[in-house]
Amino acid sequence: MPDLNPFALWRRFLAAPNESRGKTLAMAFLVSGAAALAVSGASVWLGPKIAANRAAEAQARLDAMIASVPGLAEVLAESGAEGLEAVVVELATGNAAATDPASFDPATVAQVELAPEADIAGLKTRPAEERIFVVRDGGKVTLAVLPVSGAGYQGIIKGFLAIEGDFNTVAALTITEQSETPGLGAKITEPAWQALWPGTRLMDEAGEIRVAVRQGGATTEYEVDGITGATRTGSGVSDMIRFWVGPDGYGPLIEALKEGRL
Amino acid sequence: MKVLTDPILANNPVTLQILGICSALAVTTSMVTAATMCVALTVVLMASSAAISAIRRHIPSSIRLILQITIIAALVIVADLFLQAYAPAVSERLSIFVALIVTNCIVLGRAEAFAMSNPVGPSVLDGLGNGLGYSAILMVVAFVRELGGSGTLFGIRIYEGGLGFLLLAPSAFFLLGFLVWGVRAWRTEQAEPALTPVPEEA
Repeated sequence: MPDLNPFALWRRFLAAPNESRGKTLAMAFLVSGAAALAVSGASVWLGPKIAANRAAEAQARLDAMIASVPGLAEVLAESGAEGLEAVVVELATGNAAATDPASFDPATVAQVELAPEADIAGLKTRPAEERIFVVRDGGKVTLAVLPVSGAGYQGIIKGFLAIEGDFNTVAALTITEQSETPGLGAKITEPAWQALWPGTRLMDEAGEIRVAVRQGGATTEYEVDGITGATRTGSGVSDMIRFWVGPDGYGPLIEALKEGRL
Repeated sequence: MKVLTDPILANNPVTLQILGICSALAVTTSMVTAATMCVALTVVLMASSAAISAIRRHIPSSIRLILQITIIAALVIVADLFLQAYAPAVSERLSIFVALIVTNCIVLGRAEAFAMSNPVGPSVLDGLGNGLGYSAILMVVAFVRELGGSGTLFGIRIYEGGLGFLLLAPSAFFLLGFLVWGVRAWRTEQAEPALTPVPEEA
């Protein structure tokens, strides 16, 4: 009859020779278990605080982007303090959704599977509804701020794309979350690179999406200079913008905005 | 006491053993990031030394390094999460370099060289001493780079302008080189013996 008293087992385990197979395995499992417990414990405990920090950071960058769009400050001043209006839209139709913008939670919104050939931004799914921000001047939308996301080189890149009242000209691009290589791909967060975006056109007259990040220097009004040494990050941002202004992203919304339906 | 004070000057991990250079170059463009990195490394080093020393009699030597790295990696992730939660701005600027403490040779080096064969108390002191030794060098380099490069100290403006090249990585290499030179010129016993001479070509 083996001794099943846990204390005796524990003492036997401690007394076992270090090199025995049983003790090697047991030590490996015990140490990895303790490490896993420490990491997941810290992650659960600190998770909400980290998420709140990220949200505050994204809001600060959105505010900074709004402040950087030329002429927008005056429009906001004219239309009163309530200048930036949050709207939840159905991406498939471009119409306003019934969801209250204040209670919109990106973490719980229904996701739509993307077909592999349409999924150029590497997202796999996209939300069915998204909260966007618009600025109105006499009822007409003069600026739309659209959240965008896509796969970069090291991880997901998230940001906001602001488009002007013609719904074809970039007013600003800001990156709120990224994990690209510091000093190379991470330059997409720098104001100097983001300043290249205002004025870039998204589509040509035929409605074909032409916007792109181009390594070696932009040659047309649809292109933005890439960052040397960060080709993959540049094409990630490029695909991200192309996906979101395309038919599976905000394409229907952009049509709705052009028709003045929103 | 010698365990604590030795690594600060006489056996400094950065200037004598030339360890931890990667992060020393990367995070020393400002005093705030350097100080945060120093605290993170010192805490991780002390905690990993304590944990490894506590179980040192039961670590099978065949999986010794795996266990050490597992413990260090877990501690680094926890430290990184703490920074993201309580110092998000600095955490953003340190980017991957906190996570890279895992690969910092100082941490594994102290685990292997000291904590594996000493009791918990001295191991923690050894960790603290090495952390302080690393911190001392980083703070000196960061002081010169931030004051000279951007004209600020801890983000407070001292003068206008600054020599931008001090903020680039090569200048940190030069500063570290000068520091190593200075320490070894003062403490001549730290200088390495001359290499075996290369026979001159006929």
